[in-house]
Amino acid sequence: MYITNIETIPNKTIVEQYGIVSGSTVRAKHIGRDFMASIKNIFGGELKGYTELLGESREEALKRMQQQAESLGANAIVNVRFSTSSVASGAAELYVYGTAVSVQ
Amino acid sequence: MINIAFIVVPIILGYFIGRHLEKKHYISIREREVELAYLPLSVIKRPLKPELVKQSRLVNGSVVISIDRFKRLLASLRNFIGGNVSAYESLLDRARREAILRMKQDAIGADEIINIRLETSSISKNSRKGSIGSVEVLAYGTALKY
Repeated sequence: MYITNIETIPNKTIVEQYGIVSGSTVRAKHIGRDFMASIKNIFGGELKGYTELLGESREEALKRMQQQAESLGANAIVNVRFSTSSVASGAAELYVYGTAVSVQ
Repeated sequence: MINIAFIVVPIILGYFIGRHLEKKHYISIREREVELAYLPLSVIKRPLKPELVKQSRLVNGSVVISIDRFKRLLASLRNFIGGNVSAYESLLDRARREAILRMKQDAIGADEIINIRLETSSISKNSRKGSIGSVEVLAYGTALKY
């Protein structure tokens, strides 16, 4: 499956359009990571636990979007956008959306 | 007395260790920027020569970075008089550059990255004080291989 965040797949032509597809995950961090992060907060710097957590969840959201596109019969997703929002103090929602198309 | 120590000690620790960590981070950012300088980045929406493109894929890089206690104090003092909050400026600068570097590392093997988007979100807001504790920066784009 081709995924890009530009409007086309270069060197290929779009033959059919299936509309918007999206995937989202809401993740909360566990206590251990939260505790380490609160210590790290004193000194500043990268919070590796959170970076990993958000990275994994984003992959998961991408996978869900891909599954949705596959079930529609698409073989590519164009114009993909990511968005993040913190819904509660301990949880973040990662949302990814794009347009499912068929290319040749 | 103990209460005061709980407030003062993290600020002093934050000043010394935070400054050291920031310096180290900047050194590593500069090194990697030189290493990955061969990969051009742009915010154009269409490849200039689409007929030459053999492969295209989505690449991304993200980082969560937090501010130290001392800088947070400085920023809150800044709120009284207004002006440049340089404490947060360096935090966001580091986060953006790191995210772009990680995106480039994800794109190794490609010849160009186009249509780069940078997205910033504050993930742990301190509800009590309303100050931003840490930010997440995500950089993503389309890697092209010629």
